[in-house]
Amino acid sequence: MPKLTIDGIEVEAQAGMTVIQAADLVGIEIPRFCYHERLSIAGNCRMCLVEVKPGPPKPQAACALPVADGMEVWTQSDLATKARKGVMEFLLINHPLDCPICDQGGECDLQDQAMAFGSDRTRFREVKRSVTEKHLGPLVKTAMTRCIHCTRCVRFIREVAGVPEMGMIGRGEHAEITSYVEEALTSELSGNIVDLCPVGALTSAPYAFNARPWELTKVESIDVLDAVGSAIRVDARGNAVMRVLPCLNEDVNEEWLADKSRHAVDGLRYQRLDRPYVRENGKLRPASWEEALATVAGKLLSTEPDRIAALAGDLADAEAMVLLKDLLDALGSPHRDCRQDGAALDPDDRASWLFNPTIPGIEDADALLIVGADPRREAPILNARIRKRYAMGGFPIGVLGPAKDLTYAVEDLGNDPHTLRALASGSHSFWRALSDAERPMILVGMGALARDDGAAMMGYARRVAETAGAITDDWTGFGVLHTAAARVGGLEAGFVPGPNGRDTSRILEGTANGSIEVVYLLGADEIDTAALGDAFVIYQGHHGDAGANRADVILPGAAYTEKNATYVNTEGRMQRTWLAVHPPGEAREDWKIVRALSSAVEKPLAQGSLEAVRARLVEVSPTFAPGNEGQVVPAEYSATHRGFSGRLDSAPFVSPVVNYYQTDPISRASRTMAACTDVYINGKASADKRTGTDG
Amino acid sequence: MLLSDKDRIFTNLYGIHDWALAGARARGDWDGTKAILTMGPDWIIDQVKASGLRGRGGAGFPTGLKWSFMPKSVGERPHYLVVNADEGEPGTCKDRDMMRNDPHKLLEGCLIAGFAMHAHAAYIYIRGEFYREAERLEAAIVQAEEAGLLGDDACGSGWPFRVYVHRGAGAYICGEETALIQSLEGKKGQPRLKPPFPAGVGLYGCPTTVNNVESIAVVPTILRRGAEWFAGIGREKNTGTKVFCISGHVNTPCNVEEAMSIPLRTLIETHAGGVRGGWDNLLAVIPGGASVPLIPKDICDDVLMDFDSLRDVKSGLGTAAVMVMDKSTDVVAAIARLSDFYQHESCGQCTPCREGCGWMARVMHRLVTGDADIEEIDILEDVTRQVEGHTICALGDAAAWPIQGLIRHFRPELERRIRARKGSSGPVQVPTAAE
Amino acid sequence: MSAAPKTIPGAANTPFAFTAENQVEAERIFAKYPVARARSAILPLLDLAQRQEGWVSRAVVEAVASMTKVAPIMVWEVATFYTMYNLEPIGRFHVEVCTNLPCWLRGSEDVVRAARDVFGVEIGQTSADGLVTLSQAECLGACVNAPMLQIGDDYYEDLDYDRAKALFTAMKQGRHVNGGSQAGRRCSAPMGDLTSLTTDPTTPEGGRWTAESSPAAGGGADGPR
Repeated sequence: MPKLTIDGIEVEAQAGMTVIQAADLVGIEIPRFCYHERLSIAGNCRMCLVEVKPGPPKPQAACALPVADGMEVWTQSDLATKARKGVMEFLLINHPLDCPICDQGGECDLQDQAMAFGSDRTRFREVKRSVTEKHLGPLVKTAMTRCIHCTRCVRFIREVAGVPEMGMIGRGEHAEITSYVEEALTSELSGNIVDLCPVGALTSAPYAFNARPWELTKVESIDVLDAVGSAIRVDARGNAVMRVLPCLNEDVNEEWLADKSRHAVDGLRYQRLDRPYVRENGKLRPASWEEALATVAGKLLSTEPDRIAALAGDLADAEAMVLLKDLLDALGSPHRDCRQDGAALDPDDRASWLFNPTIPGIEDADALLIVGADPRREAPILNARIRKRYAMGGFPIGVLGPAKDLTYAVEDLGNDPHTLRALASGSHSFWRALSDAERPMILVGMGALARDDGAAMMGYARRVAETAGAITDDWTGFGVLHTAAARVGGLEAGFVPGPNGRDTSRILEGTANGSIEVVYLLGADEIDTAALGDAFVIYQGHHGDAGANRADVILPGAAYTEKNATYVNTEGRMQRTWLAVHPPGEAREDWKIVRALSSAVEKPLAQGSLEAVRARLVEVSPTFAPGNEGQVVPAEYSATHRGFSGRLDSAPFVSPVVNYYQTDPISRASRTMAACTDVYINGKASADKRTGTDG
Repeated sequence: MLLSDKDRIFTNLYGIHDWALAGARARGDWDGTKAILTMGPDWIIDQVKASGLRGRGGAGFPTGLKWSFMPKSVGERPHYLVVNADEGEPGTCKDRDMMRNDPHKLLEGCLIAGFAMHAHAAYIYIRGEFYREAERLEAAIVQAEEAGLLGDDACGSGWPFRVYVHRGAGAYICGEETALIQSLEGKKGQPRLKPPFPAGVGLYGCPTTVNNVESIAVVPTILRRGAEWFAGIGREKNTGTKVFCISGHVNTPCNVEEAMSIPLRTLIETHAGGVRGGWDNLLAVIPGGASVPLIPKDICDDVLMDFDSLRDVKSGLGTAAVMVMDKSTDVVAAIARLSDFYQHESCGQCTPCREGCGWMARVMHRLVTGDADIEEIDILEDVTRQVEGHTICALGDAAAWPIQGLIRHFRPELERRIRARKGSSGPVQVPTAAE
Repeated sequence: MSAAPKTIPGAANTPFAFTAENQVEAERIFAKYPVARARSAILPLLDLAQRQEGWVSRAVVEAVASMTKVAPIMVWEVATFYTMYNLEPIGRFHVEVCTNLPCWLRGSEDVVRAARDVFGVEIGQTSADGLVTLSQAECLGACVNAPMLQIGDDYYEDLDYDRAKALFTAMKQGRHVNGGSQAGRRCSAPMGDLTSLTTDPTTPEGGRWTAESSPAAGGGADGPR
């Protein structure tokens, strides 16, 4: 381990580290623009110049200089500060002084560094450069005159996002950053380049001129628009969510965020259910809470318990689900399911439906089989982790399913489900790649499990894992990729059929044939509402989407930014959202609605506080123990002792995520996501492309 | 002491004789190559070290030492020799004549140098504009392969060796060795960070040595005539023969191979017909290509043309491209023209060079007409210091140095123009360079 | 002075494909590089395509990208970085006058003036008849033969106003002029009497000699085949 001194402080660094990393270790901040610890080293901004002895009599770029034993680094010497001031002057000569009208203002690296190293007057008497705007798609707004050519965006798009669509063209002072022919970036991670841009060259298009950072209240929370559970920060002004940014969570999203999770938030403003409704003469009309709850209570009490059922949707929180489960038990109905897509997940076998390898564990795997999943669109952040592992090399990836454009090279295993059987029997060539690996990994998606032969799929997929050596004492290489934030929490909370209870398909069978008369939809929108037949439908949720359209009574709930709620991600990581703004109008936090309803049916639930509800969750599953927050609670994998049933259908796999940008009530309400759908799914040129207004 | 033809290496520099294999062999090329290879890589490198040969591309790094940085044996990655024929330093046109008139010297040098560094392939990266020269090289390669001098068993040595010509496409920066490697890999010519150095991680991530055409082409002759012969020419640490390019205001501009350390005045008067209008009509000389600071006449009077003498007068030998400016020259406009060049050729990667070159060029143009304040001379000088030494490669330095030389030696002229303009209402009348 | 870059490649009227002959040449180019390093062929392929089409269009960029298995942006970066690629159609002849210092010292402005007088164009323009595009070049590496210019693959050296005018006039009249010195010089030798290389180079006095101590001493011209 090389020992060096930085500003006189002794640092023990690891071999291979650079000086800037060693300085970060001891809290000495060397200014930087181009350097980013998750991107390749460019060394081009020259802001991190430091004095180094022994060495040439000129300053060295700390970001690119490997540490060496006995090295002496001075970050504040005359040589270093003079060099840095010089670089800052160069950065500013062609940078517009338009901070007052720049969205980066107040959170701008250049602004901050200029305060430290900039001069208060210019020696530059020439005309400043101006650069035409570039079109990068509906999410990223450009002001390229502000660009300082650090190439962070280019490196992110190529290295992390894995879509080589950006570059720096031209050369010298005429070099410009652009996407090829100014096509919209096709990455589901494109919004991150806005965070990475150290100046105001790339800013958030949907957020343009909406707010200043100092006006915002910032609440750390988690995202629920996929099953990854990325750490986010919700920035609100008053009671409006203005934007969502990623927070650092090395175990989940590192510091990235997927575009939908970042940019669907305008959907929180539209199509909101902000008061109860009751259907009267075929039409929904506003109602009071008392009336709505009384109507629901009356219906529940007048219906045979065996003819009552409930379905939980993709955004439901664990608190609401556990209380609704208890309420149904109190009413005497065993018919409930949180698997609204009908996925073949055995509630009793936790290891069979968790992403057991964990997200950081992907980096430990050395071979991967993807079955019936499109991780790029179902979980872009998890896909980025796969790409990260891929970039390290020695990582064969086989894909059995429809999606091959996953941002890394894959072996195409076709799209025939029977191939899975060949893999399970060890007769397929890719099985050899798996079994040759020390820590092979099998990733199974809902495209395989949420179909009629899902149980057989699950069985074969597990058999692949077991025969290829993916299950050992210290490695569980079998992982299920969920698409819904609510799913694992629902399974953990027991929102599954009770004794003799019906699952999703049998509930919908019942509504269609009249044997189920009342259905309670807890934010369930992804079902075939036509199958609800003549049933009386109660919809509890926050958006006027498919479920609410069909409802007879609407009980307005809270979206994830409006409640303190618990979710468990695809890995089995229990995490909590925090209330950033209040639910709109008369909408209420979901567990409170269920509890109020329990009083209305005169079977009051005991839990009168959030703490009490959470204590109830712990009773149902230890996953919810407070000490587990943020942690993966691992599952014990036991081999497929029971024979699995069913035959494989020969229909090809289809991903449940056809349109990444619109998968849930929030993103369907989002105008930003609608614009993305136009551009990326329907292939329309976006409205702002080449308007010439900025040129 | 002047060099005699006996001691010249590039005996067909002017293309008077047959460039092709037959002519080259008649001049001694490929004489005993196999026997030289038989001595082994270490012997070759030792001889090159002993000759004192310093890189002829501008930086003057000892060639033998550079070769010795290559791994001593070949691991999983092949080794490469890359020849830098991206000749583009203004004033420099020597490699062109070596390649078109003495191509076999370069090819033989490639084999010997490549063998010494355990390489089986050499790429000659030639600037794209040298189309005819690239054609000539390709033809010479075919001749050498047909004669068994290159190929699977080069010169019967048992060493497979091939030479490939790769044409550039118009970028001065590709003369920088890591930019050249990037370009050879099909990328923009943006210099790489060092470390890692090419000897560790070069072309395709493999151990690579990049040498100038002249550095490689002189090697076979050095090994035939002996390291001590080469070391005996010139001064200590500044040994051997050197091809000089003499351009500008001389009576007979030319390339000529002379002894290192020849006095500048002797060089110009012996080979280039003297300064136009006589030695006393000399204003200044840029002695080593556009990147080195100019030296005014009083220094030119007795300076020697070698690395150390020119360094001592705060200039440099560079590529030994001597650009002569007589008293009719608008020296400010001359340097401004070079500033334009660096602005045009900056790759745009590093902040100081990308932003600084344009800034310097714009101020230089105002100084040509005196449209500036006196204090801007110091600001400009300060800006050159902010570029110099602060970039990944040396292009920033190269852009800064000519301006520093101008201010060092011609400050009164800069001030005179500013004052004249401030005192007059119209633009200053400045003489133009050519007539 | 360099101009702002063209940010989007120009559309060609026709799709691009290499001719059969150039396809063979492309294969020869690929053969120079290791199989996994096809990207190295980007520069020469762009050049080859430009020789065929006259310029680098979007179709060319995308064809070269697909042949070298890289994203089009990588090829476009290259096309915009190097000055030899024409990003728009140009005249039949591309006249590139070096105006860098050594040429400027010896009258490159006169060469530009001659072009202006004969073709009626300024630097950066194409003549009305589409015959020539006049460009300013940075140092082309023929400095002792200054001033000089390049047309296509050939250098025309040792110019002055009259010689340049004669050259341009011939071009206008459709007459071919050989490249090289327009003043009758041989390469970079000084005009008039030679000051070096006056001895027969096949003799020891002319430079063909080997030291006794050299391993090559026993070799001689009859060494390898």
